[in-house]
This record gives sequence, structure tokens and C-alpha cells, in this order.
Amino acid sequence: MKKIKLALIPYSAYALIFIVAPILLIVLYSFQDTSGALTLDNYLRFFDFSDPVYLKVLWRSIRLAFISTVICLILGYPMAYILSKLSPRVRGTIAFLFILPMWMNFLLRTYSWMSLLERTGLINTFIGWINGFLPAAVQIPSLNIMYTQWAVVLGNVYNFLPFMILPIYTVLIKIDQSLIEAAQDLGASRGRVFRKVIFPLSLPGVVSGISMTFMPAVTTFVISRLLGGGQNALIGDTIENQFKVVGDWGFGSAMSVVLMILILITMGFIRRFESDKTGRSVLM
Amino acid sequence: MSENLIRLENIHKDYGGKQVLKSINLSVRDKEFVTLLGPSGCGKTTTLRIIGGFETPTAGVVYFDEKKYNDVPPHKRQVNTVFQRYALFPHLDVFENIAFGLRIRKTPEKEIRDAVSSMLKLVNLSGYEKRSVTSLSGGEQQRIAIARALVNRPRVLLLDEPLGALDLKLRKEMQTELKQIQTQLGITFIYVTHDQEEALTMSDTVVVMKSGRIQQVGTPIGIYNEPANAFVADFIGESNIVDGIMNHDLVCTFAGRTFECTDRGFEKDENVDVVIRPEDLKIVPPDDGMLQGVVESIVFKGVHYEMTVRSGDIVWLVQSTLPEVCGTHVGLKVAPFDIHIMRKSEAEDEED
Repeated sequence: MKKIKLALIPYSAYALIFIVAPILLIVLYSFQDTSGALTLDNYLRFFDFSDPVYLKVLWRSIRLAFISTVICLILGYPMAYILSKLSPRVRGTIAFLFILPMWMNFLLRTYSWMSLLERTGLINTFIGWINGFLPAAVQIPSLNIMYTQWAVVLGNVYNFLPFMILPIYTVLIKIDQSLIEAAQDLGASRGRVFRKVIFPLSLPGVVSGISMTFMPAVTTFVISRLLGGGQNALIGDTIENQFKVVGDWGFGSAMSVVLMILILITMGFIRRFESDKTGRSVLM
Repeated sequence: MSENLIRLENIHKDYGGKQVLKSINLSVRDKEFVTLLGPSGCGKTTTLRIIGGFETPTAGVVYFDEKKYNDVPPHKRQVNTVFQRYALFPHLDVFENIAFGLRIRKTPEKEIRDAVSSMLKLVNLSGYEKRSVTSLSGGEQQRIAIARALVNRPRVLLLDEPLGALDLKLRKEMQTELKQIQTQLGITFIYVTHDQEEALTMSDTVVVMKSGRIQQVGTPIGIYNEPANAFVADFIGESNIVDGIMNHDLVCTFAGRTFECTDRGFEKDENVDVVIRPEDLKIVPPDDGMLQGVVESIVFKGVHYEMTVRSGDIVWLVQSTLPEVCGTHVGLKVAPFDIHIMRKSEAEDEED
């Protein structure tokens, strides 16, 4: 028992210095103005309904993160399902291909999307080259989504899709084959087997997938900065801006606290939903 | 012919070049309790899965009510299965597990409620409706699995070693209960097990299998008393199997002397297997015995003692209710009708 306690010291110290203390500091800062006096102004400014600039930014962040998550789910679930049906060898290779891009820094991957999507980028150059062979009546329009919300969604989906596929895939391959046979045996057609057995049993994976894509998507600032340009700033950008450009640490901290509480509520909601359904948990 | 509910005709099954089933022919009558018995890897589970529709035979025809059943998918077969490890749905409670098949068939809610509660009563688990299946013991899960299958009123219930995971006492109770349920509901049971005692206790018909082939089909008593070959004799209960020669009808030679027996129809001086059950060997004073030997070991088995008696090169397994002391010289006696003569099993491998 004593040894276990000793072994806990390094991590406890780490957690205290790098997790607990910073959070407390942020909460403290959020109640201070630039001179250091205690105030509620930071929060009042954020929740100013007469001029809801920041609430609009928060709303935009949630909306884009939601759209990105839904697209990830629509693309990811069937992929995970097909993957789980393949023979173990093929399955391993393909799962590896999914993980491969994740080994590269995600900033680099996002930059590469910039050069693909730019007005004179790779995709438009290619479209122009094709158009050279086509008659004037059937020209392919060039792609101009750079610096729009759709570019941000694309960046989110590209970066976070593996985090949707992997947890669903992991849950799906663990489903006991005899449960599927039992459902068929009791009269369920393939579609019914999926709806009544496979899908409900895969929900823990879906829930982890959603939280693992929604959380980073709602807080991202690199993707929105690089692909969305200035006019599509998200809550992450705005917070970063307060700290690095404006220098109003108090307001930046207040926004961080709001975002943190929002995420905690979401997590709590997801967790309850998950334990209600199956009594076991993958992420938490 | 029409009384056959299920008929397997010349069924073969290959898995990646390996023959798992070789020419299985089997008929199952309506309301019959048939047990497929054999050691692991003999093909009994594969046979069951072919009837259930989870495997397609490489060759051969499955008939159900004299209609070809090969291409009917599992969910359209009038057959339900109790799986080896129960396969209850962990996301549904006891009620919903049992109601699963009825809901698929869009049965009215009230009927579902009645059917589920009468099934729970049948398996002695009334009041378990709202329990989570993961909180149940092995025996309880087993009963729910049986209820979930039976609630659909199948013509045939397939059971794949359903009692394998239960302890001995519970297994015995469930054997009796299953047999009662089968008689009460009048449903055909096809039961897979490797436990010979289970097979003998419950079945109307026992099908003994080995390496993808049926060795013998018969009633429990028939199979026990008249095993078709040395394998069946050895697998069903314990046996002494020794080499012998069939001199001519009713006379055979083994263990260095000739015996009177009741078999006929063998070739003159044919090499045969001689099978004698341990309980058919009587221990008598040395001078009264047909064979003489020395008691080498004795083990108490509850209802009887199990002894080994060495006589020349042969060690005989003998069961008796009276113990002997190790090292005692004894005689062994056997009645002519307890000497079972079997053809050597080479014949069975020649067709391969």
C-alpha cells in the first residue's frame, strides 16, 4: 500500500502543476479585469445579449463542430462496419492505412489542404487542365471553398474522421458473432439484425467517436485560422486572440471557463446516455 | 416417409480442403429427442449448424417436411437454436430477450406479454422480466436462452451443448427439466453433446459420430448393449476391448482361450475386436474363473469399486460392488451374451 502511494507521487505532482493549477488560475483570471481587480465584467461582456458578438462566435463553433461530427459519423460508421466484416488480415492493413496520416503532425496536414484548395492550388490547376480538353459548353467550374465555413468543415472532417472510425470499429469487431446468429435464428433479416442488435451494441463506440470528434472540432483554432480565414473565426481563435493579440487575459479566461463548462456538461450528458444504454463505457 | 420432419441426405462439408462431414444420412421424426454424440471435432456441431442454416453443406440435401431446405436462410426456418454460450442480447433485459422473436413477427403487445410470462413460468423464472441478463447466473441464462427459443413455437429446437458450462448438479436438474419440457410441448429436439451420460439419459435416439461420419444410430439401450463397433463401445461407457479371432459361429478365441458367444455371420477365423463391459466381468474364486489374474489396483467410485485385473498381457477393467485386496489372485467369469464381437474398424476407413 505504501509503495503504491509512493508511486503515485510523480503523477500527482505533474497533475497538480500542469492540470489543476492552470485551471484554477484561469478561473481566477476570469474574475479579474486588466488591472487585477475582482469583477464580473468579463462574463457580462460575453453574455451581452444586446450585442452578442461572442455568443455568435460560440454558436458558429458549435454549429460547425456539429456539422463536422455528423459528416464524420455518416462517413465513418459504414466504413467501420465494412472494415469489421473483412478478414482479419485485410482488416489490419486497412486500419493501418487509416492511422498512417495520423502519424504526421496535423498542422502539416492542414497546410497541405491549403495548397490543395487555393484558388491557384492543385485541385483548381487540375480542373483547369481537364477544362483544356473539354468544349466551352461543359467546363467544370473551379472550386472556391477556401476561406469559407465549408473549408473549416472539410478540415475538421479530414483531421478527425479516424477518431470516429476507430472506436466504432473496435466495438464492432468485439460483438459476439453468436449474437448475430441468435438474432437471425429468431427470425431477423439482415436489416433487422443490424437495427436491433448490431447498432444498439455499437452505441458505446458511436458515443466515444462523437465525443472524440466534437470536442476537438469545437475548440480548434488552427483549422479555422488556416482554412477559414479571418471572417470565420471560432471560439478557439477568439480566445487565442484575447491572450496573444489583445492582451486581455481576464476576458480570454472567462471564455475558456464557459467553454470548459459547456464541454463538461456535454461529457456528463454523453456519459449518462452511455451508461443507461449498456452499462459499460469505452471512453470514460 | 412423411413422418420424417428433417432428413439429411448425403451431406458433405469441407472447410478449406478438410472434410468435416462425410456422407451424413439422418432422419429425424416429429417430436423425437435426437442426440448427436461424439468427441470434439466429430462434426456434430457442424451438422446442427447445417440444420439451423448457419452453414451450407458442400454437397447433399437438407429436407424439412420433405421440402428442400438448403437455400432457406436461417431467419425463415421453422427452427430455433439454443447456443452453446447462450448468446443472450446484453443490451436487452430478460423480457425483451424472450420477446425478441415475437416482436420481429409483429405479435400484438398483449400476446407477447402472456407468452413471455408463460415461458418464464415454464423455465421456473417467473418475476425475472426486468432483470438484466448480465446479472444472471449461468443456469438462469441457460433457462432464458431456452425460453427465448421456445416462445417462437418452433417445430424443431436445436441445442448445442447447452449444459456444458453448468456444474454437475445443475446439469442433472436441467437434463430432467429439458426432457420434461420436450414431452410437455411436443417439440422435436436435436441435441448436441459430448457427454455420453447426458445422451443416454434424455434421448429417444442417439447418433454416435466420429471424424465426420455417423458410427451408429439407435436407442440409448440399443447403443449401450449392442455397440456397432469398438469406437462406440469405448465412447459409450467404459469397455474392455481386446483382439480376438472368430473361429466360427458362436465360438471365439481371445486372451489365450476359446469362449462361447452369441454372435454369428463372421468369416471363418476372422480377426475381430472383442468388447466386454466392466460390469459384465464377475470376480469369482480363481478355480471357478474362465480367466485367472491378479488384482492390480482398486478405486472407489461411489456406487461401485473399479478394479484392474492383470491376466497375462491383458489388463481387465472390472466393476464390482465388493472390494478385493490388491495382489489377490482371482478368477474372472463372463456370460456368452456379454461378449460382444465387432468387425475390425479398418472397413470404415476404406471408403475415404
